[in-house]
Amino acid sequence: MLRHFRASLVMLVLMTVLLGLAYPLAMVGVAGAAFPEQAKGSLVEKDGKVIGSSLIGQSFAGETYFHGRLSATTDTDPADSTKTVAAPYNAANSMGSNLGPTSKALIDRVKEDADRLGNGVPVDLVTTSGSGLDPHISPRAASWQIVRVAKARNLPEAQVQALVAQHTEGRMYGLLGEPRVNVLQLNLALDALPKQ
Amino acid sequence: MTINGWAQIALFCGLVLLLTRPLGGYLDNVLAGRRTFLSPVLRPIETGFYRLAGIDPAEDQSWWVYARAMIVFHIVGFAFLYLLLRLQELLPFNPQGMSAVAPDLAGNTAVSFLTNTNWQNYGGEGTMSYLSQMAGLSVQNFLSAATGIALAVALVRGFARAESRGIGNFWADMVRATLYVLLPMCVLLTIFYVWQGVPQNLSPYVEATTLEGAKQTIAQGPVASQLAIKMLGTNGGGFFNANSAHPYENPTALSNLVQMLSIFAIGAAFTNLFGRAVGDERQGWAILAAMGLLFLAGVVVCYWAEAGGNPLIGALGVDTAAGNMEGKEVRFGAALSALFAVITTAASCGAVNAMLDSFMPLGGMIPLINMLLGEIIVGGVGAGLYGMLLFAILAIFLAGLMVGRTPEYVGKKIEAREVKFTMLAILCCPLAILGFTALATVIPAGLAGPANAGPHGFSEIFYAYTSAAANNGSAFGGLTGNTVFYNGTLAVAMMIGRFAIIIPMLAVAGALAAKRKAAISAGTFPTHGGLFVGLLVGAVLIVGGLTFLPALALGPIVEHFALLAGTLF
Repeated sequence: MLRHFRASLVMLVLMTVLLGLAYPLAMVGVAGAAFPEQAKGSLVEKDGKVIGSSLIGQSFAGETYFHGRLSATTDTDPADSTKTVAAPYNAANSMGSNLGPTSKALIDRVKEDADRLGNGVPVDLVTTSGSGLDPHISPRAASWQIVRVAKARNLPEAQVQALVAQHTEGRMYGLLGEPRVNVLQLNLALDALPKQ
Repeated sequence: MTINGWAQIALFCGLVLLLTRPLGGYLDNVLAGRRTFLSPVLRPIETGFYRLAGIDPAEDQSWWVYARAMIVFHIVGFAFLYLLLRLQELLPFNPQGMSAVAPDLAGNTAVSFLTNTNWQNYGGEGTMSYLSQMAGLSVQNFLSAATGIALAVALVRGFARAESRGIGNFWADMVRATLYVLLPMCVLLTIFYVWQGVPQNLSPYVEATTLEGAKQTIAQGPVASQLAIKMLGTNGGGFFNANSAHPYENPTALSNLVQMLSIFAIGAAFTNLFGRAVGDERQGWAILAAMGLLFLAGVVVCYWAEAGGNPLIGALGVDTAAGNMEGKEVRFGAALSALFAVITTAASCGAVNAMLDSFMPLGGMIPLINMLLGEIIVGGVGAGLYGMLLFAILAIFLAGLMVGRTPEYVGKKIEAREVKFTMLAILCCPLAILGFTALATVIPAGLAGPANAGPHGFSEIFYAYTSAAANNGSAFGGLTGNTVFYNGTLAVAMMIGRFAIIIPMLAVAGALAAKRKAAISAGTFPTHGGLFVGLLVGAVLIVGGLTFLPALALGPIVEHFALLAGTLF
């Protein structure tokens, strides 16, 4: 038994040095050299300041922006550290709603949003994403919002529509995944349009 | 359901089949200690490790010595990981200043990663320092997977050898699996994942000011290197709380495809290794065929349920053509979320790219059933094969009873000792699952756990103990598991699910290795054809169905009918 104990101890130390330090740290080096943008988290800067990541969704509530998925992320309650409060798109605490399909809380929430957004609203606009950080909406969910955004920005609908079409990504290689629109990038493009 | 969805499912299946044979051959070479193209680089490291640890890799261990080495290695690994989590506050690579992990959570997490379960009662980005992730959790991801590979090859040797006292050397198997299989593949996978957008850095979390002027803290870390082994080793523990639904942990449909492939790659290859070892690759393909049938059945039901959407939401005037999107990411949609869920629970991975708690009742039942059947559909690296071979022993025993002959499987007579140990291994898991679920549904500490009311709340509890005992690690995540009761009972369930299968399984390996090879005669039941595949699938379904149907009826099945009736909870 003692023999196995010594072997276990030595083997664990060696493996920890190799797999737990050498491997990840070498990968930090290789990744930083080969793909510096991605390795650092695909951050997006505007006027020299980090405004987010192209992979991480952020909260949009204003009329002038396209809105993303609902987010169920939370944060610690500033008033009471044992409790949590809703904090959509908290990228330091990813999570889904974990509401089951027969949950009253789920159906009540969807009803409220569906009544506000109108009949035929695409399902991804009234449901929370798995991570709470989904950067995408479906092309239909983007189209659904064109009228509102165009009106709020005083832009011709056709111009906003063209922008949405330009930011619609198809399936990878025509096969993988689903068609989608990156909400942050679309909104950045909106802000970059010349002022009317 | 769409043509595109089915095309992606077909592509996945095709790629797995293409990988099975070449990877099986490579595994066979590595685990037999033969020279491979990586030997010039890795052989010196391998021999260096043996020398420093005082190990003779050529020593042929009996099943009991093999089991002891494995158990002691687990005990030392547990102590090390527990201490690391408790002390992380004082150690380097902690830019966010994460405090020490609480004792019950640290204990639960250590057991969880040691047993290849990766059940997580914590959110990674809010709890773990980078050092804990790298040197603690990732290391056990490698070692628990390598242990699974070692154990499976030990059982294969039991079938392949004749009149042998030994079943191989635990240390040599574990080291070779790590150095020649897991590590090189993870290096390539890490680089691929970073290319797709997965971060790999040691920076503090990024403070961003969003377009609307709000503050957003974006978690960072050495994600890609941990993601690679999390998938390949069928561990499944997310770097982030949202696991592979997190856009940093699974940014694209391509990274998603590679993650799904890496869950199945080694498990599928092991069926081929088995075939090679017993001298007839068809035996391996027969096992894979049985796995494939069960897998496809699960995919059809789960995809159908998720693509159909939630009728209660459709009734509110919402366009649910995209399916049930609560808890799902747009880039994956219903098809890839359902496929991922079936794969991750068929294998003992447990990573998720969508929140299973929000799946439709029958959609969420499929992952549950996959685990209840014992994760023998491809299964965890190594663990899937030894789990399925135990069912093969049972199936062949049942066939023997029907015709009144001593059953034989790949040249070995299956006798009382093997069948007893096999039944012990097969029955321990249900005992842990049903026992603890029953307990948690009657005592207050257990009833405090579920987030959802009604049958779905029961499903959350049932799923938790199933996932723990099956060493899967996926969750109906609404359950509040970070309590002393759940940390404790889930840890016990994980240990039962690991050791109460492994030890009897090694005993079977030892008993088989000692037997003579029986000559194949006209009376030998062929175990490479459709009849055997059907028998094997039947044995799996009968054992699983008889054991768990009542519990399933109380959870997802009754919830499905409640949904149809429009009942809310």
